[in-house]
Amino acid sequence: MTALELESITAAYGPYRAIDDISLAVGRGEVVALVGPNGAGKSTVARVCAGLVRPVSGRLRVGGRDLTGAAPWRIARARLASVPEGRGVFARLSVLENLELSFGRWLGPKAVREALEETFARFPILAERRHQRAGTLSGGQQRILSLAKVLADQPDVVVADELSLGLSPAAVDDLYQQLGALHDRGIALLVIEQRVDRVLKLADRAVVLDRGSVRFDGPPSQATQPLEAVLGGGSSARPAADPPSSPGA
Amino acid sequence: MSTFLSYALPGIPFGCTYAIVAMGLVLTYRTTGVFNFGFGAQAFVSAYLYTVLTENGVPVGLACVLSVLVLAPVLGGVLDRFLFRRIAPTNTTAKVVSAVAVSVALPELVNLVFGSATRFAPPTLFLDPGRVYLHVGATPVNGLELETVLVSAGVVVVLSALLGASRLGLTIRAAVESPRLLELEGIRADRVLLAAWMGSSVMAGLAGVLLAPQYPTLQSNDYAVLLVAALAAAALGNLADIPLALVGGIVLGVVEGLAAGYFSPTSVWHTGLLPAIPFLLLALLLVGRRKMRALEENEDPLAGCDPPPPPSITLTRSHELDRVIKVGGRILAVAAVLSVLTWVPGDWGFALTAGLVYSIIFLSITLITGLGGEVSLCQATFAGVGAFAAAQLAVHQGLPILLGAVVGAVVAAGVGAIGALPALRLRGLPLALLTLALALLADNAVFPYSWAGGPPVGLVVPRPVIGSLNLATTSTKGFFVLVLVVLVLCAAGVKLVQRSTVGLYLEALRASPVGAESLGINPSVAKVLVFALSAGLAGLGGALYASLQQTVTPADFNYELSLVFVVVVVTTGVRTIEGAIQAGIGFTVLQQLLSYLPGRWGSGGIAIVLFAFGALTYAAHPEGVVEYEKRVWTERAERLLRRDQPPHDGLVIATSTVGALEHPGADDG
Repeated sequence: MTALELESITAAYGPYRAIDDISLAVGRGEVVALVGPNGAGKSTVARVCAGLVRPVSGRLRVGGRDLTGAAPWRIARARLASVPEGRGVFARLSVLENLELSFGRWLGPKAVREALEETFARFPILAERRHQRAGTLSGGQQRILSLAKVLADQPDVVVADELSLGLSPAAVDDLYQQLGALHDRGIALLVIEQRVDRVLKLADRAVVLDRGSVRFDGPPSQATQPLEAVLGGGSSARPAADPPSSPGA
Repeated sequence: MSTFLSYALPGIPFGCTYAIVAMGLVLTYRTTGVFNFGFGAQAFVSAYLYTVLTENGVPVGLACVLSVLVLAPVLGGVLDRFLFRRIAPTNTTAKVVSAVAVSVALPELVNLVFGSATRFAPPTLFLDPGRVYLHVGATPVNGLELETVLVSAGVVVVLSALLGASRLGLTIRAAVESPRLLELEGIRADRVLLAAWMGSSVMAGLAGVLLAPQYPTLQSNDYAVLLVAALAAAALGNLADIPLALVGGIVLGVVEGLAAGYFSPTSVWHTGLLPAIPFLLLALLLVGRRKMRALEENEDPLAGCDPPPPPSITLTRSHELDRVIKVGGRILAVAAVLSVLTWVPGDWGFALTAGLVYSIIFLSITLITGLGGEVSLCQATFAGVGAFAAAQLAVHQGLPILLGAVVGAVVAAGVGAIGALPALRLRGLPLALLTLALALLADNAVFPYSWAGGPPVGLVVPRPVIGSLNLATTSTKGFFVLVLVVLVLCAAGVKLVQRSTVGLYLEALRASPVGAESLGINPSVAKVLVFALSAGLAGLGGALYASLQQTVTPADFNYELSLVFVVVVVTTGVRTIEGAIQAGIGFTVLQQLLSYLPGRWGSGGIAIVLFAFGALTYAAHPEGVVEYEKRVWTERAERLLRRDQPPHDGLVIATSTVGALEHPGADDG
């Protein structure tokens, strides 16, 4: 049985189609890297998995259950944790409140305190800023916070969208260490990245996406060539094709 | 000292009535993210049920339970389910417009269903209103006053405890910021917000029932006035702090009590300053306080999940259809004009002329809301400035009314420009509130003077005389042509502004203020300009309105009219010139049609209700429901025209279409 499965998913924003007939599966405990150029539809895949975008057609299964078109909270309760792109934190709540909100959903008061201590030990920067509004953190710190929110509960599968975006090399190292630790705990991961070198090292399998379709699905060691094909031929030759604010990006 | 106390002490229970509403506003704003202009209307609905029930012999306790604990939460739930849930948390304009529509529609709806018979003050909840329970110093405190103070104290304790309770308060605050992000945590944001709406609606119901005995008769307007006065108290607590809102209400009440006591009743301070205190305070707080200015300045981190807004259908429809519609529209317009000049009866001619005048006023909303992206709740005030200036000049200086209208427009534009200066630092909700404060300031402290709004009986305004042609004698037909010419000129002017560099600047500022400023666009100049132009248009329309009516009274341009204006224009479409004209003509034609209905159904209230229901669709169709229907019908027509061509699923692959987002719809078909 798979932890997460997309079957012939097509999704669109209004009239603009972002992904077209995508099939993709993440097995239990497996790490899948989803890579591709800007505008390939990577984030749309993540949003479909989280229930934020309803697919036009196709089926979404989480832990074997059909959750096509289900609300985000239903998918979250099916033990899929999702770290959205950008700042996935409540800007007007403090760091501490953000963590308490997430932890309190799954844990009792005592366990929340323990989880907080553990989190602060793991990410000292969050302990330092615990009373600061999350919106005032730097982009990288917000990424760490949104990952920390997910780590305390025991999801079956984590979908992380562009986690390393805007992070310093040292922070990226940290982050991949945490992802590795999740992997060791047997949690399945769908990691969406533009920085392919790190994620391909971690992944059991790689999927290359370009212009809304899957171009490659196989072992990471063989992903480099198709990836270069879509990066070289796809985006750098036509830079204008990638509007930076494209919702399908 | 005892004089001081005797002036200040009665201010406390009075201030507590402000405070109860202010705390309700803070509660709604904090728990739902909506600044609830409809709070007063919700309070009125519960008070109405309470009054009707007690009139019919239902015991006070039962009546209170039915109106506060049954009706109010149901109403709150309905508002959430069918209205506010559909609005994105960052769409400030939609939230303001929807709440304004609620505030306009609910009292009219009550009048339609129950009739507008006078309802007298219902009994108080638990204390005898006439009995003096205790003395503070030498000042007696009666049951009504004591009850108000006790309930305010109770409310502040209960609300602080509820919102302070960490888990609930935390969840609600998170839901207000981004419901979708909260759902990613596995929490049902829709349930949280439903509970918040029901809770705040109970608070509104409680305020309504509690305050109803304070007024001799039950009138929705009293609640509306209370709401805006309470706003100042709520602003003192930055719309966030409930105990501070209580303090703010009491301070306001005491200050008013002292001012009323120390200023002699005939002095200019008493007549001018006293009624203006809450609105002046509100304006000062909005402009001066960083936290008030920063209201609503947040972004939904998951906004990227929403599809981009569709382009206007007039830009994307096929050429054949475009030609048919344009030619058809022109034929229809010419036919309408000819009809008015020939066979249309007088009252319909008058209604259509009034519709054209309204269209001119509504064009000012096209400018400020459609192009400027800001909601102004004082367009009727600008219209009033123009009308009163023209009328005063005509009556006292003998200036021809057309010249007076131009002067009125200029004066209104000046007032608009000056009003825009404090507004430069504001956007969105704080700006809408500031314009509301300005409108109320004018209503209470400027228009009542005979040098401004004229005597209470009104000013007699002449019809224009052009050369030897006296438009007063040739029924309204001559005036109709005149207004038509002015409207065409104004529409052309608005079109010019839309296409000009300033129009582009405003588009840019609305899309991204930071991006526009980094291009070197000065937002201040563009903003002052659009405010001035918009106010000038409204002033011109107001002057013409006065001349059409041939009389104008101080109450003709009150703030409620501004609310109705916004609601009406938003229904038909705020982005286009056709939208404004359709709004103007639709508004008067609908009222004229309804005047054939018997009794209270013909009062015109139903027109307001209909338009308010239209505005409620703003959440789902920000381009206006009429504009939305136009799109639907155009698409249907295009499908019919293209039946012989291969089917097309309407989806564009955004990623493979260069610039598909810059020119949405360019590849469609």
